[in-house]
Amino acid sequence: MDLGTHAGFIVASYALCALTIGGLIAWVRLDKANQERDLKELADQGISRAASGFGSTRKS
Amino acid sequence: MAFWDYANPTRFLRLVHVVLPWLTGLCVLAFAAGLYMSFFTAPEDYQQGDTVRIMYIHVPAAWLCMMCYTVMSISSIGTLVWKHPLADVSAKSAAPIGAAFTFMALVTGSLWGKPMWGTYWVWDARLTSVLVLLIMYLGLMTLWRTMEDPIKAGKAAAVLTLVGALNLPIIKFSVDWWNTLHQPASVVRMDGPTIHPDILWPLLVMAIAFTLLFFVLHLMAMRNEILRRRVRALRLRAASASHPGAAAATAQPAE
Amino acid sequence: MTGWALDLFQRDLKLSVRIGGSALVGVLFFLAVVTVIPFGVGPDLNLLARIGPAILWIGALLATLLGLDRVFQADREDGTLDLMLMAGRPLELVVLIKCLAHWVATGLPLVIAAPLLAIFLNLEPLAMGAVTLTLLAGTPALTLIGAIGASLTVSLRRGGLLLAVLVVPLAIPVLIFGVSAADAAIHDPVPFLTPFLILCALTLIAAVVGPVASAMALRFSAD
Repeated sequence: MDLGTHAGFIVASYALCALTIGGLIAWVRLDKANQERDLKELADQGISRAASGFGSTRKS
Repeated sequence: MAFWDYANPTRFLRLVHVVLPWLTGLCVLAFAAGLYMSFFTAPEDYQQGDTVRIMYIHVPAAWLCMMCYTVMSISSIGTLVWKHPLADVSAKSAAPIGAAFTFMALVTGSLWGKPMWGTYWVWDARLTSVLVLLIMYLGLMTLWRTMEDPIKAGKAAAVLTLVGALNLPIIKFSVDWWNTLHQPASVVRMDGPTIHPDILWPLLVMAIAFTLLFFVLHLMAMRNEILRRRVRALRLRAASASHPGAAAATAQPAE
Repeated sequence: MTGWALDLFQRDLKLSVRIGGSALVGVLFFLAVVTVIPFGVGPDLNLLARIGPAILWIGALLATLLGLDRVFQADREDGTLDLMLMAGRPLELVVLIKCLAHWVATGLPLVIAAPLLAIFLNLEPLAMGAVTLTLLAGTPALTLIGAIGASLTVSLRRGGLLLAVLVVPLAIPVLIFGVSAADAAIHDPVPFLTPFLILCALTLIAAVVGPVASAMALRFSAD
């Protein structure tokens, strides 16, 4: 595949976009892991939504 | 009504769990097709040569940075008018994604501009408006981060988002005016009346792929935000249980 | 009903003139910005005359931004804001009056100082008049838009910098039409009246959107 004289610019823009999207995906996944770890930690301390009926009857 | 059924975060999480794998699969397929088309089937433009391929990511990114603001504005109306409990979650998680797409639109735009215009940056009306949009996204994100209470932050950000939505057309109009005063219209324009179908098809597929990507990321970020608020609410409850009285006043449900 | 409005206006005006002398500080800052620019771009009088209106406008914008965080913060700290929220007066009107008082205390001195500073920038009398007129029409819009940012950040301890970041994008149209109107009066590529009338329209829009949005934000920050 020949990208002509401006190959560098094309590759650079695709690479930067891939990096940005990759960063977004990494951010979302890391954030999820963090929150789930925190929830698990709290559950281990005996603090959980189920233990106190939290959220089961309350609206929203 | 479905809209209100999913006001319950738990039910919403269940929905995300079901929908997300399908959306992700569709998104990957669309990207595969779009990338194949933009590199192998699309011809080079007679005027722009191969750099037209940058357009296949630039235009969808630019489209998404506006769509994302629209999503945030609708969510803000949801926060302020209907007090929908997921609306501010949606607005908050859309902001970083919107900022990322705006950044992509700017970077690819200037990388396209270097071979076409001979410079990385021109104070072109559209580039300038997008830059202003980026500043607004970053400002909104900062506002979210600096406010402790997610409910209050959500309302403040909703007001700002809506004021921004009112202002964006005015900004666009004034930047256009400013641009015609200061620059002769001699730059190469992409938005001619004739976009060849060979270019249009990959553009369309890539736009669909980017839109799907936005929804995948948005749903995932919303799920994270709901979990984060759960953690926060549980911590506050734990704190108020161990120090009754002192923290009770602040331990409001924050979901 | 005009009684309480006038009282509020006078109270706010007195407070902002007495405490910290905000009018004087704003003008001093304006002077400092205008003085600094020639050190940056060089003392070329022709260049300064050409970009003079822009310098004055940017200086006025920065000086306005600087004073904005005090619009509601002092009232919040001593509890006056809560009383205002509970008093049952239309909050939008209260905000509008407070903005007016703030503008008279900080914006109007900038407008009055502008012709004086224009001398440093080698502006002709016509240009001086044009810049002053556009500032007179445009700075209220800056204060009114800024009030939105001020009410959003009122509960934050160090909201001044964030306020500026939030307000600047919204203030861009005012800046564009203010400077183009002033430029149009000097070397006319377009008639002066076109951008000037749009500038006036922007101020009127800000007079509606600003109080409504910032009253909304103040109500949310209180409850």
